[in-house]
Amino acid sequence: MSNQALRFKVKQLYRTLLHLGRDYPKGAEYFRSRLHQAFMKNKDITDEKEIEMLIAKGQYIVKELEALYMLRKYRTLKKRYYDGNQ
Amino acid sequence: MSGIRVLVGCKRVIDYAVKIRVKPDKSGVVTDGVKHSMNPFDEIAVEEAVRLKEKKIVSEIVAVSCGPTQCQEVLRTAMAMGADRAIHVEVDPATYDHLQPLHVAKILSKVAQEEKVDLVLTGKQAIDDDANQTGQMIAALLDWPQATFASKVEKTNGELKVLREIDGGLETIKVRLPAVLTTDLRLNQPRYATLPNIMKAKKKPLVKKTPADYGVDVTPRQKVLKVEDPPVRQAGAKLASVEELVAKLRDAGLIPT
Repeated sequence: MSNQALRFKVKQLYRTLLHLGRDYPKGAEYFRSRLHQAFMKNKDITDEKEIEMLIAKGQYIVKELEALYMLRKYRTLKKRYYDGNQ
Repeated sequence: MSGIRVLVGCKRVIDYAVKIRVKPDKSGVVTDGVKHSMNPFDEIAVEEAVRLKEKKIVSEIVAVSCGPTQCQEVLRTAMAMGADRAIHVEVDPATYDHLQPLHVAKILSKVAQEEKVDLVLTGKQAIDDDANQTGQMIAALLDWPQATFASKVEKTNGELKVLREIDGGLETIKVRLPAVLTTDLRLNQPRYATLPNIMKAKKKPLVKKTPADYGVDVTPRQKVLKVEDPPVRQAGAKLASVEELVAKLRDAGLIPT
Protein backbone atom coordinates (compact mmCIF):
# COMPACT_ATOMS: atom_id res chain seq x y z
CA MET A 1 0.00 0.00 0.00
CA SER A 2 1.27 3.42 -0.88
CA ASN A 3 2.29 5.99 1.64
CA GLN A 4 -0.46 8.35 0.52
CA ALA A 5 -3.22 5.81 1.04
CA LEU A 6 -1.95 4.95 4.51
CA ARG A 7 -1.82 8.60 5.43
CA PHE A 8 -5.44 8.98 4.39
CA LYS A 9 -6.45 5.96 6.46
CA VAL A 10 -4.73 7.31 9.55
CA LYS A 11 -6.39 10.71 9.14
CA GLN A 12 -9.76 9.11 8.68
CA LEU A 13 -9.29 7.02 11.81
CA TYR A 14 -8.37 10.14 13.76
CA ARG A 15 -11.46 11.91 12.48
CA THR A 16 -13.71 8.99 13.36
CA LEU A 17 -12.30 8.80 16.86
CA LEU A 18 -12.58 12.54 17.33
CA HIS A 19 -16.23 12.33 16.34
CA LEU A 20 -16.86 9.48 18.76
CA GLY A 21 -15.09 11.39 21.49
CA ARG A 22 -17.83 14.00 21.57
CA ASP A 23 -20.03 11.57 23.49
CA TYR A 24 -17.30 10.39 25.84
CA PRO A 25 -18.53 10.31 29.47
CA LYS A 26 -15.51 12.18 30.78
CA GLY A 27 -15.92 14.96 28.25
CA ALA A 28 -14.81 15.66 24.71
CA GLU A 29 -11.73 17.65 25.73
CA TYR A 30 -10.42 14.83 27.92
CA PHE A 31 -10.83 12.42 25.06
CA ARG A 32 -9.32 14.72 22.47
CA SER A 33 -6.13 15.33 24.44
CA ARG A 34 -5.65 11.57 25.02
CA LEU A 35 -6.35 10.85 21.39
CA HIS A 36 -3.86 13.46 20.26
CA GLN A 37 -1.21 12.05 22.60
CA ALA A 38 -1.78 8.52 21.35
CA PHE A 39 -1.36 9.56 17.73
CA MET A 40 1.64 11.79 18.42
CA LYS A 41 3.38 8.96 20.26
CA ASN A 42 3.51 6.98 17.02
CA LYS A 43 4.21 9.81 14.62
CA ASP A 44 7.76 8.68 13.79
CA ILE A 45 6.82 5.15 12.80
CA THR A 46 7.59 4.54 9.15
CA ASP A 47 7.26 0.78 8.84
CA GLU A 48 4.12 0.12 6.79
CA LYS A 49 3.27 -3.15 8.53
CA GLU A 50 3.47 -1.50 11.90
CA ILE A 51 1.25 1.38 10.79
CA GLU A 52 -1.31 -1.10 9.47
CA MET A 53 -1.29 -2.82 12.85
CA LEU A 54 -1.84 0.43 14.68
CA ILE A 55 -4.73 1.32 12.38
CA ALA A 56 -6.31 -2.04 13.15
CA LYS A 57 -5.89 -1.31 16.84
CA GLY A 58 -7.58 2.05 16.35
CA GLN A 59 -10.47 0.43 14.54
CA TYR A 60 -10.85 -1.99 17.42
CA ILE A 61 -11.09 0.97 19.79
CA VAL A 62 -13.78 2.51 17.57
CA LYS A 63 -15.83 -0.67 17.92
CA GLU A 64 -15.29 -0.79 21.66
CA LEU A 65 -16.39 2.82 22.07
CA GLU A 66 -19.57 2.26 20.07
CA ALA A 67 -20.36 -0.76 22.25
CA LEU A 68 -19.62 1.25 25.39
CA TYR A 69 -22.01 4.04 24.42
CA MET A 70 -24.76 1.63 23.47
CA LEU A 71 -24.47 -0.28 26.72
CA ARG A 72 -24.33 2.90 28.78
CA LYS A 73 -27.50 4.21 27.17
CA TYR A 74 -29.28 0.88 27.54
CA ARG A 75 -28.35 0.56 31.20
CA THR A 76 -29.35 4.13 32.04
CA LEU A 77 -32.76 3.65 30.45
CA LYS A 78 -33.25 0.28 32.05
CA LYS A 79 -32.47 1.70 35.44
CA ARG A 80 -34.76 4.65 34.86
CA TYR A 81 -37.81 2.88 33.46
CA TYR A 82 -37.77 -0.73 34.56
CA ASP A 83 -37.67 -2.42 37.94
CA GLY A 84 -34.25 -3.36 39.17
CA ASN A 85 -35.18 -6.99 39.75
CA GLN A 86 -35.93 -7.90 36.14
CA MET B 1 -45.47 -7.20 -4.05
CA SER B 2 -43.28 -4.26 -3.25
CA GLY B 3 -42.17 -3.65 0.31
CA ILE B 4 -44.08 -1.66 2.87
CA ARG B 5 -43.46 2.00 3.52
CA VAL B 6 -42.62 3.15 7.00
CA LEU B 7 -42.94 6.48 8.76
CA VAL B 8 -40.69 6.88 11.79
CA GLY B 9 -41.29 9.58 14.36
CA CYS B 10 -38.13 11.04 15.91
CA LYS B 11 -38.29 13.47 18.78
CA ARG B 12 -35.42 15.72 19.75
CA VAL B 13 -34.98 15.57 23.50
CA ILE B 14 -32.40 16.56 26.08
CA ASP B 15 -29.65 13.95 25.98
CA TYR B 16 -30.18 11.04 28.36
CA ALA B 17 -26.83 11.63 30.06
CA VAL B 18 -27.51 15.28 30.93
CA LYS B 19 -28.50 16.26 34.44
CA ILE B 20 -31.88 17.99 34.11
CA ARG B 21 -32.26 21.37 35.80
CA VAL B 22 -35.60 23.00 36.51
CA LYS B 23 -36.01 26.70 35.71
CA PRO B 24 -36.19 28.86 38.87
CA ASP B 25 -39.69 30.09 37.95
CA LYS B 26 -40.91 26.46 37.72
CA SER B 27 -42.21 26.97 34.20
CA GLY B 28 -40.15 24.16 32.71
CA VAL B 29 -36.64 22.78 32.43
CA VAL B 30 -33.50 24.51 31.22
CA THR B 31 -32.93 23.68 27.54
CA ASP B 32 -30.58 26.47 26.43
CA GLY B 33 -27.02 25.33 25.86
CA VAL B 34 -27.90 21.78 26.87
CA LYS B 35 -26.90 18.83 24.73
CA HIS B 36 -29.81 17.33 22.81
CA SER B 37 -30.09 14.08 20.91
CA MET B 38 -32.66 11.73 19.45
CA ASN B 39 -35.06 10.16 21.93
CA PRO B 40 -33.53 6.70 22.65
CA PHE B 41 -36.85 4.92 22.12
CA ASP B 42 -37.18 6.60 18.71
CA GLU B 43 -33.65 5.45 17.92
CA ILE B 44 -34.88 1.92 18.52
CA ALA B 45 -37.78 2.61 16.14
CA VAL B 46 -35.42 3.86 13.43
CA GLU B 47 -33.18 0.83 13.94
CA GLU B 48 -36.14 -1.53 13.62
CA ALA B 49 -37.24 0.14 10.39
CA VAL B 50 -33.71 -0.14 9.02
CA ARG B 51 -33.48 -3.81 9.98
CA LEU B 52 -36.80 -4.50 8.27
CA LYS B 53 -35.44 -2.74 5.22
CA GLU B 54 -32.31 -4.88 5.29
CA LYS B 55 -34.59 -7.92 5.31
CA LYS B 56 -36.27 -6.47 2.20
CA ILE B 57 -39.64 -6.22 3.97
CA VAL B 58 -39.60 -2.44 3.94
CA SER B 59 -39.06 -0.45 0.76
CA GLU B 60 -38.82 3.10 2.05
CA ILE B 61 -38.25 4.76 5.41
CA VAL B 62 -39.43 8.33 6.01
CA ALA B 63 -38.30 10.04 9.20
CA VAL B 64 -40.39 12.86 10.63
CA SER B 65 -39.81 15.29 13.47
CA CYS B 66 -41.83 18.21 14.83
CA GLY B 67 -40.05 21.08 16.48
CA PRO B 68 -37.56 23.92 16.07
CA THR B 69 -34.85 24.07 13.39
CA GLN B 70 -32.40 22.01 15.46
CA CYS B 71 -34.65 18.98 14.93
CA GLN B 72 -32.97 18.64 11.57
CA GLU B 73 -29.87 17.30 13.35
CA VAL B 74 -31.99 14.49 14.75
CA LEU B 75 -33.38 13.80 11.28
CA ARG B 76 -29.83 13.71 9.88
CA THR B 77 -28.96 11.13 12.51
CA ALA B 78 -32.00 9.08 11.49
CA MET B 79 -30.92 9.27 7.86
CA ALA B 80 -27.35 8.37 8.82
CA MET B 81 -28.77 5.27 10.49
CA GLY B 82 -30.57 4.34 7.29
CA ALA B 83 -33.77 6.36 6.76
CA ASP B 84 -34.23 7.36 3.12
CA ARG B 85 -35.64 10.83 3.52
CA ALA B 86 -36.97 13.16 6.15
CA ILE B 87 -39.78 15.60 6.79
CA HIS B 88 -39.24 18.40 9.23
CA VAL B 89 -42.43 19.96 10.54
CA GLU B 90 -41.16 23.28 11.76
CA VAL B 91 -42.66 24.65 14.94
CA ASP B 92 -41.14 27.81 16.39
CA PRO B 93 -39.56 27.44 19.85
CA ALA B 94 -42.27 29.47 21.66
CA THR B 95 -45.06 27.29 20.28
CA TYR B 96 -42.97 24.15 20.75
CA ASP B 97 -42.95 24.73 24.52
CA HIS B 98 -46.68 24.06 24.50
CA LEU B 99 -46.79 21.42 21.77
CA GLN B 100 -48.56 18.39 23.14
CA PRO B 101 -48.78 14.74 22.10
CA LEU B 102 -52.21 15.34 20.55
CA HIS B 103 -50.80 17.97 18.17
CA VAL B 104 -47.87 15.76 17.22
CA ALA B 105 -50.23 12.81 16.71
CA LYS B 106 -52.47 14.91 14.46
CA ILE B 107 -49.50 16.08 12.39
CA LEU B 108 -48.00 12.59 12.15
CA SER B 109 -51.29 10.99 11.15
CA LYS B 110 -51.71 13.60 8.39
CA VAL B 111 -48.14 12.93 7.23
CA ALA B 112 -48.85 9.19 7.26
CA GLN B 113 -51.89 9.68 5.04
CA GLU B 114 -50.11 12.05 2.68
CA GLU B 115 -47.08 9.80 2.30
CA LYS B 116 -49.30 6.71 1.98
CA VAL B 117 -47.28 4.72 4.49
CA ASP B 118 -48.27 1.25 5.69
CA LEU B 119 -46.61 1.39 9.06
CA VAL B 120 -45.98 4.14 11.60
CA LEU B 121 -43.12 3.38 13.96
CA THR B 122 -42.38 5.51 17.02
CA GLY B 123 -40.74 5.10 20.38
CA LYS B 124 -43.15 4.17 23.15
CA GLN B 125 -42.45 7.44 24.91
CA ALA B 126 -40.03 10.33 24.92
CA ILE B 127 -37.58 10.58 27.78
CA ASP B 128 -38.38 14.25 28.38
CA ASP B 129 -42.15 14.37 29.03
CA ASP B 130 -42.68 10.60 29.38
CA ALA B 131 -46.18 11.05 28.01
CA ASN B 132 -46.49 7.68 26.24
CA GLN B 133 -49.44 8.97 24.20
CA THR B 134 -48.38 9.86 20.69
CA GLY B 135 -48.36 6.35 19.19
CA GLN B 136 -51.74 5.46 20.65
CA MET B 137 -53.25 8.75 19.52
CA ILE B 138 -51.98 8.30 15.96
CA ALA B 139 -53.60 4.86 15.86
CA ALA B 140 -56.87 6.32 17.09
CA LEU B 141 -56.83 9.24 14.66
CA LEU B 142 -56.07 6.99 11.69
CA ASP B 143 -58.32 4.22 12.98
CA TRP B 144 -55.46 1.74 12.45
CA PRO B 145 -54.62 -1.20 14.69
CA GLN B 146 -51.84 -0.55 17.20
CA ALA B 147 -49.11 -2.70 18.66
CA THR B 148 -47.51 -0.84 21.53
CA PHE B 149 -44.40 -1.71 23.59
CA ALA B 150 -43.11 -4.06 20.91
CA SER B 151 -40.15 -6.20 21.86
CA LYS B 152 -40.15 -8.42 18.77
CA VAL B 153 -41.62 -7.91 15.32
CA GLU B 154 -42.11 -10.53 12.62
CA LYS B 155 -43.77 -10.22 9.26
CA THR B 156 -46.21 -12.91 8.19
CA ASN B 157 -48.02 -12.32 4.90
CA GLY B 158 -49.81 -9.00 5.16
CA GLU B 159 -49.73 -9.11 8.94
CA LEU B 160 -47.26 -8.34 11.67
CA LYS B 161 -46.73 -10.68 14.58
CA VAL B 162 -45.70 -8.55 17.52
CA LEU B 163 -44.47 -9.58 20.92
CA ARG B 164 -45.54 -6.94 23.44
CA GLU B 165 -44.15 -6.20 26.86
CA ILE B 166 -46.99 -6.06 29.35
CA ASP B 167 -47.11 -6.06 33.13
CA GLY B 168 -45.50 -9.23 34.39
CA GLY B 169 -45.05 -10.92 31.02
CA LEU B 170 -45.25 -10.93 27.27
CA GLU B 171 -48.19 -10.90 24.89
CA THR B 172 -48.16 -11.96 21.25
CA ILE B 173 -50.58 -10.21 18.94
CA LYS B 174 -51.19 -10.07 15.22
CA VAL B 175 -51.98 -6.78 13.53
CA ARG B 176 -53.05 -6.23 9.96
CA LEU B 177 -51.30 -3.49 8.00
CA PRO B 178 -51.55 -0.53 7.96
CA ALA B 179 -50.71 -0.30 11.64
CA VAL B 180 -49.03 1.79 14.30
CA LEU B 181 -46.17 0.27 16.27
CA THR B 182 -44.38 1.69 19.29
CA THR B 183 -41.08 0.26 20.44
CA ASP B 184 -39.92 -0.90 23.82
CA LEU B 185 -36.34 -0.92 25.08
CA ARG B 186 -35.59 -4.56 24.33
CA LEU B 187 -36.63 -4.58 20.69
CA ASN B 188 -33.10 -4.09 19.34
CA GLN B 189 -29.77 -2.38 19.85
CA PRO B 190 -29.58 0.76 17.72
CA ARG B 191 -26.48 1.19 15.59
CA TYR B 192 -24.19 4.17 15.98
CA ALA B 193 -24.51 6.90 13.36
CA THR B 194 -20.93 6.92 12.05
CA LEU B 195 -19.21 10.01 10.73
CA PRO B 196 -19.12 8.94 7.06
CA ASN B 197 -22.80 8.04 7.24
CA ILE B 198 -23.69 11.41 8.72
CA MET B 199 -21.81 13.04 5.83
CA LYS B 200 -23.71 10.91 3.33
CA ALA B 201 -26.98 11.73 5.09
CA LYS B 202 -26.47 15.40 4.27
CA LYS B 203 -27.20 14.52 0.65
CA LYS B 204 -30.49 12.80 1.45
CA PRO B 205 -33.64 14.87 0.89
CA LEU B 206 -35.16 16.76 3.80
CA VAL B 207 -38.47 18.55 3.26
CA LYS B 208 -39.58 21.42 5.47
CA LYS B 209 -43.24 21.77 6.36
CA THR B 210 -45.33 23.61 8.91
CA PRO B 211 -48.30 22.40 10.99
CA ALA B 212 -50.49 24.72 8.86
CA ASP B 213 -49.54 22.69 5.75
CA TYR B 214 -51.30 19.76 7.35
CA GLY B 215 -54.17 21.87 8.65
CA VAL B 216 -53.34 21.20 12.27
CA ASP B 217 -54.16 23.77 14.93
CA VAL B 218 -51.38 23.81 17.52
CA THR B 219 -52.94 26.00 20.18
CA PRO B 220 -52.39 24.29 23.53
CA ARG B 221 -55.18 22.27 25.09
CA GLN B 222 -53.51 22.00 28.46
CA LYS B 223 -51.60 24.40 30.61
CA VAL B 224 -48.47 23.46 32.53
CA LEU B 225 -48.97 24.85 36.03
CA LYS B 226 -45.54 24.07 37.42
CA VAL B 227 -42.54 21.84 36.98
CA GLU B 228 -40.69 20.73 40.08
CA ASP B 229 -37.63 18.70 40.96
CA PRO B 230 -38.33 15.24 42.33
CA PRO B 231 -38.03 15.11 46.12
CA VAL B 232 -34.46 14.75 47.34
CA ARG B 233 -33.74 11.63 49.32
CA GLN B 234 -33.41 12.35 53.06
CA ALA B 235 -29.97 11.76 54.46
CA GLY B 236 -29.60 8.77 56.77
CA ALA B 237 -28.15 8.86 60.28
CA LYS B 238 -25.63 6.65 62.04
CA LEU B 239 -26.68 5.33 65.44
CA ALA B 240 -24.32 4.23 68.16
CA SER B 241 -26.34 1.53 69.87
CA VAL B 242 -29.26 -0.87 69.50
CA GLU B 243 -31.25 1.03 72.16
CA GLU B 244 -31.10 4.19 70.09
CA LEU B 245 -32.31 2.28 67.03
CA VAL B 246 -35.21 0.77 68.95
CA ALA B 247 -36.15 4.19 70.31
CA LYS B 248 -36.05 5.73 66.84
CA LEU B 249 -38.15 2.93 65.36
CA ARG B 250 -40.65 3.29 68.18
CA ASP B 251 -40.85 7.04 67.56
CA ALA B 252 -41.55 6.38 63.91
CA GLY B 253 -44.29 3.96 64.91
CA LEU B 254 -42.62 1.07 63.10
CA ILE B 255 -42.59 -1.27 66.12
CA PRO B 256 -45.27 -1.67 68.81
CA THR B 257 -44.64 0.27 72.00
